[in-house]
Amino acid sequence: MAYSLSHLKALEAESIHIIREVAAEFRNPVMLYSIGKDSSVMVRLAEKAFAPGKVPFPLMHIDSMWKFREMVEFRDNYAKQNNWDLIVEYNKKAYEEGVGPFTHGSKVHTDLMKTQALLQALKKHGFDAAFGGARRDEEKSRAKERIFSFRNEFQQWDPKNQRPELWDIYNTRINQGESIRVFPLSNWTELDVWQYIRMERIPIVPLYYAKERPIVEVDGNLIMVDDDRMPEEMRRKATMRKVRFRTLGCYPLTGAIESEADTIEKIVEEMMITTKSERTTRVIDFDQEGSMEQKKREGYF
Amino acid sequence: MALSIEEFLAQDERKDLLRLLTAGSVDDGKSTLIGRLLFDSKKLYEDQLQALERDSKRVGNAGEHIDYALLCDGLKAEREQGITIDVAYRYFSTNRRKFIIADTPGHEQYTRNMITGGSTANLAIILVDARQGVVTQTCRHSYIVSLLGIRHLVLAVNKMDLVDYSEERFREIVATYKEWLQRQNIAIPDLQCIPLSALEGDNVVEKSSKTPWYEGMSLMEYLETVPLHQDINMEALRYPVQYVLRPNLDFRGFAGKVASGVVRVGDEVTALPSGKSSRVKSIVTYDGELSEAFAPQSVTITLEDEIDLSRGEMLVHNNNRPHVGHHMRAMMVWMDEQPMDKTKAFYIKHTTNSTRAYITNVMHRVDINTGEKVAAEGMRLNEIAEVKITTSTPLMFDSYTENRQTGAFVIIDPVTNFTSAVGMIIGEDENATKMSHAVVRLSEYGFQESEYDTIVRFTEELRKRTGIIIECVID
Repeated sequence: MAYSLSHLKALEAESIHIIREVAAEFRNPVMLYSIGKDSSVMVRLAEKAFAPGKVPFPLMHIDSMWKFREMVEFRDNYAKQNNWDLIVEYNKKAYEEGVGPFTHGSKVHTDLMKTQALLQALKKHGFDAAFGGARRDEEKSRAKERIFSFRNEFQQWDPKNQRPELWDIYNTRINQGESIRVFPLSNWTELDVWQYIRMERIPIVPLYYAKERPIVEVDGNLIMVDDDRMPEEMRRKATMRKVRFRTLGCYPLTGAIESEADTIEKIVEEMMITTKSERTTRVIDFDQEGSMEQKKREGYF
Repeated sequence: MALSIEEFLAQDERKDLLRLLTAGSVDDGKSTLIGRLLFDSKKLYEDQLQALERDSKRVGNAGEHIDYALLCDGLKAEREQGITIDVAYRYFSTNRRKFIIADTPGHEQYTRNMITGGSTANLAIILVDARQGVVTQTCRHSYIVSLLGIRHLVLAVNKMDLVDYSEERFREIVATYKEWLQRQNIAIPDLQCIPLSALEGDNVVEKSSKTPWYEGMSLMEYLETVPLHQDINMEALRYPVQYVLRPNLDFRGFAGKVASGVVRVGDEVTALPSGKSSRVKSIVTYDGELSEAFAPQSVTITLEDEIDLSRGEMLVHNNNRPHVGHHMRAMMVWMDEQPMDKTKAFYIKHTTNSTRAYITNVMHRVDINTGEKVAAEGMRLNEIAEVKITTSTPLMFDSYTENRQTGAFVIIDPVTNFTSAVGMIIGEDENATKMSHAVVRLSEYGFQESEYDTIVRFTEELRKRTGIIIECVID
């Protein structure tokens, strides 16, 4: 058994191979950065793939303008300290029209500030490959998606007509205007991600750790008061509760969980005994079944 | 628990990974079995279970039981049809191992999906219905498993509850199956036959009291303990250069994944196809330098000498070289709705190499229902055939049975960019002579640009009629 890799080292090796393959075969790749834990792992894997050199592609964050403030702060510090080229894009027109989850609802907000913003940004920079941190264990439609996932000129995914993907040989050929979304963490589970963060001491946004935070309960979701764009009548109901976040996104759309886990070990322990999957804390998924598949077809990550 | 959380996690992080493929006919209860594995390994989360109970009532096909199959069927249309139509990946873990399941469909028109799901698998589970026994699809799936070089195979004889857990019936099925394998000359290095009921949970995780006559392991016990370290070729070093790192003038590293074998600092290595030799100076990773690296690690190698080496080339040990050449024989599976057009100049991707490939000959097709060789001219979706291929630049390859990494390739359509076919190399095509392939630079022969089209048409015609390949390079 001398030459055997642990599951985390095997996943790491697979991801590094995927990331290098993109750098070698595409003209203008980009790594989409959501500032979440999965992105943090993906970014570290990219750093590993090209060490001791610099990563040969930029990071891009699609800012919905409603992220937690701690996320934006973390993003800027991380990129600066680790010498990343960071691109931040947002849907300027929708932002100026005042689009937001409180006024327009989660569906319109997500479509304009995330999906459309992403599509505009990819087009603007002419990226031919975009890395995303999605994992197959997150959701049923993702379980079927290829690691190198073809997008037509309208950035759309056709789940019925995916390219066969075998061994570790990835088909990277595309025509002008088409692109590939690449998911280096496809085979990682949520638990793998946490274990890897612990093992590698990867910095993550402090919101993942339990702390007393001002919380409002909305339809059973624990929403944190992050700024005064939250309507005042809601803010007034806030109480301090010890919570943490399992996933991060737009603060009005991301539910916290009550937790005492204030270290990485406690988070992993909590993960191992938890009975809820992580997307239950995402308000945007509270539509009908199949809603993620619909969003993905439209270009959402 | 006596361990502290830190100790427990340190132990848990060292578990290895098993990738498995499941195949069966539509009604063999494959999705039910996977659902059961997920459920019983306590990884089925509470809210997934609630959604499942809700869906079971609406579209479930399992009557009173929870329809475990709904856990595995992802896309809307499939759910309505009640069958899985693509490869879906599932994850679960136990205290001993992590598992990745590729769930693939059983019916004939989707052979390509089973091939896709199985390419990275260490182990395959083939389900048969105890009432039906070995059917055509069982044979077809077994053929594909052996074609893909999967070393461990479980014949899961499911629905034992419906044959009163009959030992006789189980033995009969196993005997028929083994006889078939032998007749087809299919050698499976490690075959386990397990009687079970996915629906009732017999012999899935725990040994069942209803099959006292069965002395083997439960499915889960076997999955947790099957040794995997012999599955990767650790003899032959194959290091395809994936990316050249030049962060500064003092560092030139060759990044890549060790496809097979072991490489150590100080090893004398030969670069192919150039044949130039050097020594390994260092093996660099983000986490520090290593004294050795083995498959499937991703590392960066630096060499003592400044030899010219780029993506697609390969480092090997001098005493263990792959074939280097343009001509090979391979088993190929056609994956494209569009039938094979032999006149196309396809792209081939093999390790980190991409070049043009010409399918010069379809030797015979294999009828996967019977294993018989059938005469064939071309290939269509889901067909398997032995072919001869000539590539534009030389490839460094081994036979697939010796080395899964350097024996595999994909064929890409030059117009649609679809992955049209996948192949497993049998070996060098010794009969192909160097004379049958040449590359000419048209400008060197004094042709005018206006004549190029005619010349290219002529060489295409020549290739179709005689198999002689003259590639025209236009500057």
